[in-house]
Amino acid sequence: MIVELGHFALILALAVALVQSTVPLVGAHKRWQGWMAVAEPAALTQLLLIGFSFAALTYAFVTSDFSVRLVVLNSHTLKPLIYKISGVWGNHEGSLLLWVLILALFGACAAAFGQNLPPTLRARVLAVQGMIGVAFLAFLLFTSNPFLRLAEPPFDGEDLNPLLQDPGLAFHPPFLYLGYVGLSMAFSFAVAALIEGRVDAAWGRWVRPWTLAAWIFLTIGIALGSWWAYYELGWGGFWFWDPVENASFMPWLISAALLHSAIVVEKREALKSWTILLAILAFGFSLIGTFIVRSGVITSVHAFANDPERGVFILLILGIFMGGALTLFAARASAMEAKGVFSMVSRESALVLNNLLLAVACFVVFIGTIWPLVAELVWGRKLSVGAPFFNAAFTPFMVVIAMAMPLGAVLPWKRAQLGKGMASLWGALALSVALGALIFALQTGRSALGPVGAALGAWVVFGAFSELWLRTGRGGIGARIGRIGRLPRADWGKAVSHAGLGVTVFAVAAINAWQVEDIRVVQESESFPLGKYSVTLADVREMQGPNYMTTMAAMEVRDGDRLIATLHPEKRIYPVAAMPTTEAGIDYGITRDLYLVIGDPQANGGWAVRSYIKPFANWIWGGAILMALGGALSLSDRRYRVAAGARHKVSAVPAE
Amino acid sequence: MRLRALLLALCLATPIFGTPVFAVQPDEILSDPALEARARDLSQGLRCLVCRNENIDDSNAELARDLRLLVRERLVAGDTDQEALDFIVARYGEYVLLNPTSGGANLILWIAGPAMLLGGLGLAAVYLRRRRSASDAGTAKLTPEEQARLNEILND
Repeated sequence: MIVELGHFALILALAVALVQSTVPLVGAHKRWQGWMAVAEPAALTQLLLIGFSFAALTYAFVTSDFSVRLVVLNSHTLKPLIYKISGVWGNHEGSLLLWVLILALFGACAAAFGQNLPPTLRARVLAVQGMIGVAFLAFLLFTSNPFLRLAEPPFDGEDLNPLLQDPGLAFHPPFLYLGYVGLSMAFSFAVAALIEGRVDAAWGRWVRPWTLAAWIFLTIGIALGSWWAYYELGWGGFWFWDPVENASFMPWLISAALLHSAIVVEKREALKSWTILLAILAFGFSLIGTFIVRSGVITSVHAFANDPERGVFILLILGIFMGGALTLFAARASAMEAKGVFSMVSRESALVLNNLLLAVACFVVFIGTIWPLVAELVWGRKLSVGAPFFNAAFTPFMVVIAMAMPLGAVLPWKRAQLGKGMASLWGALALSVALGALIFALQTGRSALGPVGAALGAWVVFGAFSELWLRTGRGGIGARIGRIGRLPRADWGKAVSHAGLGVTVFAVAAINAWQVEDIRVVQESESFPLGKYSVTLADVREMQGPNYMTTMAAMEVRDGDRLIATLHPEKRIYPVAAMPTTEAGIDYGITRDLYLVIGDPQANGGWAVRSYIKPFANWIWGGAILMALGGALSLSDRRYRVAAGARHKVSAVPAE
Repeated sequence: MRLRALLLALCLATPIFGTPVFAVQPDEILSDPALEARARDLSQGLRCLVCRNENIDDSNAELARDLRLLVRERLVAGDTDQEALDFIVARYGEYVLLNPTSGGANLILWIAGPAMLLGGLGLAAVYLRRRRSASDAGTAKLTPEEQARLNEILND
C-alpha cells in the first residue's frame, strides 16, 4: 500500500512540476502577481511529494518488501540496516529518485530563501527548475520506475553488489548528486537572466552561493569515491580516469571556473555573458555525466544501466535543455553589456586565465572521454583512451594553474603590476624552491617528480597564506596578527581552498614518486622487510561475517623491535552475489600509509602478499577536505548572510 | 567510480576466468629488476580486455595475467619496449593501448587541448583589447548635452 502511495506521489509530483514550469513563466511575462506566486507553493509541494515517494521506497527496502522488483534485485534480509538504506540509491532507479529528490530540495530552498529576489526573476528561476523536474520525473516514471511490483515475490533478495556495501560508498552518490543537481540552480538562474535580459552584480551574488554549494558537494563526493577506490580495490589506486570519474570531474572543473567568473560579475560587472555560458555548460556537463553513467554508451565498467532506451531519453533531455539554453544565449548574450573595464594585467585578467585553463582542462577530459566513441563512429577504429593520455594531456594545465594561482590571487582589480604582485610573494617562492631543493638533496631516487611536486604544492600553500598576510595591511606584526583573525571569511575561504589544492598537488606527486611496493610469497610466521619496516605474517584464518565468508590474515608491522600495528587484510566472498572482494589492511599515518593485501594461497605453501608504503596518501583527500572547507567558509561569509539577495540598485548617477 | 568495481568484480566472479587471481603474482616477477621495471611500465599502458577500463598491471583477470606473461616473454626474448608493444597490438589490435597513438585522426585528440588554449588566449586578448579601446572611445567622446553640462559645472 505504502509503495503504491509512493508511486502515486511521484505521478502527482510530475503534475505539480508541469504547473510550476508553465504558470509562473506566463505570469512573469504578463506581470500577473497571482500566477507568479504559484511557483513557491508548487516547489514546496514537489519537495513534499517526492520526499514522501523516497520515504516509501526506503520503507520498502528497510522492511525487505520482496514484492517490489527493485528491492529483490538489490537487497537481502541478512544485509546490515545501513546498507539496506543505502541500497535505495545503489541502483539505477533509486539513484534517479534521489536525483529528483535533491532537485526538488534545491527548488524548495530557492523558493524559501529567494524572498529577496525580484519577483519576476524568482518566478522564472523556479519555472526553469520546474522544467528540469518535469524532464527527470518523466524519465523516472516512463523508463525507470522504481515502484514496479512482482506477481510472485521470491523468498529473499539477490543482495546489493558487495563492493557497494561500504560506508564510503554509501555516501558517495548522494554527495555527487547534491553537486550535479546543485548546478541546476546556476543553470536556472542563467536561463532566467537570459529571459529577463539582464545580468548585474546582484545576479552574480545570487548565483555564486548555489554554485559554491554545488562545488563543495562535488568536491566531497569525488573525494569520497576516490578514497573508497583507494582502500577497497586492493592496490591503492585513487584515480583511474574512468569515463564515470571523468563525468563527475568535468562539472567540477567547470563549476570551479564558474565560481571564479561569478566573482568578476559580482565585483566588477564584467565577463557577464561568459559567466552565463559557464553556468549553462556546468549543468550541461552534469547532464552529460548522467548520460554517460546511465546509458552505458561509452564503454565503462560503470555502465550498469546498459539500456539504449534510457540513453536516448537522457540524450533528448540534454539536447532540449542545452539546445534551448544555448539558443537563448545566442539571441540574448549581446544584451549583457559589460561595465567594468580592466587592463591586461589585473585580477580580472588573472581570473580570465583561470577560467581559460579550467575550461580547456575540462575540454581535454571531455574529448578524451568521448574519443573512443567518436573514433568508432567516424573511422571505425576501436581504440582506448586511458590514464596515460590524461596524465600527459591534462596535467600540464593543472601545473600552470598551480604556478599562476598565487600571483593571480594577489593582483588588485582593474589595473595591476606583476612586479608589485610578486613583491609580496618572493618569500613564499624562495621558501618553496628551497623546500624542493632540500627534498631533491635528501631523496635517494633520481626522480624529479617528488621535489618538483613538493615545490609546486608549497608555492601554492605559502602563496595562499602570504596573500592572507598581505590582506592584513600595514603596521606592526602584532597588530597584523590581530587583524588576520578578523579578515572576512571569504578571504579565509579563498586561502584555505587554494592551500587545499596545493596540498593535493603535493600529495599526488609524492605518492607517484615515492611509493614502495613489494610482491612476494610469504609463509605463516615468516617476516620480510618493507622499507624501514619489518612485516610478519602471523596467521591466516577463515571467518564468517554477517553476509560473507572471509579469509583474514593477521600481519604485524614492526619498526625495529617496536610493534607499530597489527593489520588484518581480508579476502571476502559474498555467497549470495557470488562475488569476492579484497579488504586491505591499512595503517593510516600522517607521512605514510602502510597498505597490506593478502592474496591467494600458493601451491607449495604460503600466501601471495602485496605490501605498499604509500607516502602522504591521506594528504590527497586532506587537500580535498581543505578545498571543501574553504568553500564552506566562503559560503558563510557575512555578505551572503546579511545581504543575501539584497538588491543593489545600480544608480545611473555617480555617488559623489 | 563505484561501478568500475562492478565489472572488475564480474571479472573475478565469472566462472570462465576460473579462480580469482591477484594482479601481479609473485611467480610472474622477472629476476632481472631492470627488465621487470620495464615490464611493469608497459603493463600499465595495456588494457585488460575483459575488464574494460583497467590496465593489466592492476587487473585480477586471468587474461590480464596471460598478457603480463606475454609482455615479460617478449622482453626476455630481447624485444625493445616498442617491439613488445607492436607485437601485442598486432595480436589484439589498437584497442589494447591505453595510451592512444598520435597517428592519423588521433592527432586531433592530442592537439585539441593546446589548440583550444591558444585559441582561447587569442580570443581573450582580442576581447580585452577591444574592450579597452571601446572604453577609451567611450570616455573620449561626450554627447553634446554632456559637454554642455560639463561646461556648466566647470564654469560654476
